[in-house]
Amino acid sequence: MIRLNLGTTIGLGVAVLAGLGVALTTFERPRPLAVQQGFRGTGMDQLYNPRLFDAVAAANVVPTPLPAAPATGPRAGQVYRNVQVLGHLSVGELARTMVAMTAWVAPQQGCNYCHVGANFADDSLYTKVVSRRMLQMVMHINSEQQAHVGATGVTCYTCHRGQPVPANTWSENPGPMRAAGFSASNAGQNLADPVVGGTSLPFDPFSAFLNTAPADIRVQGQAPLAGGNSHSIKQTEWTYGLMMHFSQALGVNCTFCHNSRSFSSWEESNPRRGIAWHGIRMVRDLNVNYVGPLQSVIPAAHRGPGGDALKVNCTTCHQGAYRPLLGASMLQDYPQLARPGP
Amino acid sequence: MAMLSFEQKYRVRGGTLIGGDLFDFWVGPFYVGFFGVTTILFSVLGTALIIYGAALQGVWNPWTINIAPPDLKYGLGLAPLQEGGIWQVVTVCALGAFVSWALRQAEISRKLGMGYHIPFAYGMAVFAYFTLVVIRPVLMGAWGHGFPYGILSHLDWVSNVGYQYLHFHYNPAHMLAVSFFFTTVLALSLHGSLVLSALNPPKGEPVKTAEHENTFYRDIIGYSIGTLGIHRLGLFLALNAGFWSAVCIVLSGPFWTRGWPEWWSWWLNLPIWR
Repeated sequence: MIRLNLGTTIGLGVAVLAGLGVALTTFERPRPLAVQQGFRGTGMDQLYNPRLFDAVAAANVVPTPLPAAPATGPRAGQVYRNVQVLGHLSVGELARTMVAMTAWVAPQQGCNYCHVGANFADDSLYTKVVSRRMLQMVMHINSEQQAHVGATGVTCYTCHRGQPVPANTWSENPGPMRAAGFSASNAGQNLADPVVGGTSLPFDPFSAFLNTAPADIRVQGQAPLAGGNSHSIKQTEWTYGLMMHFSQALGVNCTFCHNSRSFSSWEESNPRRGIAWHGIRMVRDLNVNYVGPLQSVIPAAHRGPGGDALKVNCTTCHQGAYRPLLGASMLQDYPQLARPGP
Repeated sequence: MAMLSFEQKYRVRGGTLIGGDLFDFWVGPFYVGFFGVTTILFSVLGTALIIYGAALQGVWNPWTINIAPPDLKYGLGLAPLQEGGIWQVVTVCALGAFVSWALRQAEISRKLGMGYHIPFAYGMAVFAYFTLVVIRPVLMGAWGHGFPYGILSHLDWVSNVGYQYLHFHYNPAHMLAVSFFFTTVLALSLHGSLVLSALNPPKGEPVKTAEHENTFYRDIIGYSIGTLGIHRLGLFLALNAGFWSAVCIVLSGPFWTRGWPEWWSWWLNLPIWR
């Protein structure tokens, strides 16, 4: 029999207790909820911990719609000055839309978050300029990006959820400052960033893929062996970083869209991959044409550390749900946001 | 008909676990025993069902034959034969054959007066299979979580199930299992090369002894585990590889539904560096 001295015994005891603590407190427990999405035995399933459903449902409650306003009567553009986007609505519809927007975006701050109290037509607050552009963006999404949002559409609430700035945005992230020499660069990776699911993958795939001049997401070769494919492992890791973001944003695993036996094959993919393909184009469109250009309007304090505007990624709308607000459509109660005015 | 001249003396009567003397005989060089009979029965039935499944599938290419488990909607119940029922019966046959084989190994061990190292080691592989097709599906509530029987189809399943957890290399038990697999290979290659070197000296030199082997390793790494010890170490490494493989897949699903990288947030959030 080996006799351990006191120090070794205490050390082993602490190690065993720590191991037990990790084993007993960091896992989940059966039974998970599984949703089959492919032919039996292919392993294309979504897994959920049903004990987390209440929190997801609570985070995706849709606000009660306001009572409808009459569409008749004089147009808002005839009654008020400087109504550039919603001038084609009736006065009642304009008022209802403004009240709804206040509740969706600035419930604490109220009308004066965007409007100068004495003169609502005044454009001197930057928030009003941004709001106007965002209204145009919502109408653009609902009318021109239906390949991704379908008839469900979006409203301000889809992203804002009662906050002036949506909780989930991104800005250019060069990573932490490093010393000079060989350690000067971590090559944009190895930070266990939540953006990429806590992996070592590149932590700013958005600048590369969801902004101007997007890099090539598809790195898989089309021919056996190298086959003339010059994409590097490093480029592949950027693609995987972006895919990790998709997965985090939607609360799904890779097989939600892909059959991993051939990631690139459309024939073997889940049809949802097509919707995601349009989503990538939509997010680029929004960042390039709507959100990015607001950099010159938004004060520096409300921009990212690199000085660029806070931009859109999948989490901005989805917020961990496979469909934003679990698929509830707020647009049907606010048809005024469905398309731009004539 | 013994294949080796000295084999006769290993044909010891008795030591059977079941069946007494009834099946205690040899066919050619092969011991039969009760569990040899059950192994044959389960193997033949299971193989016949796989051939039946291939016929239904209309595929005779051995690479693409696929005996798939039932849809998840059947839960832990029986599925129609052509909708995964074949997989369920094949699974019963496979487990029957594997367990029979382990027990036959136990009977032979008893006849030879050996320990149960061989049936125990083989049993670890059977345990890993049992974990995949019984323990994990039961914990997850559907036989459909088992893996399909097919050369390519089971690889596709492994790939997709890995991607269900985003990045399977972050599974802590998978890390252990992979490390044990590689260490097994390392130890076996070191051991094999050492033995072959000792047994194949240059022309004109005598075959080297165990003491020579010990000296070689004492020279290069300062330690030799010894002729008996290396086999104990090999068994330890190989059994751990199989055991942690079983653990890593039973954790995935029943005890963790999200990406494996996310599981490590407890480590990232330790108060000392959070």
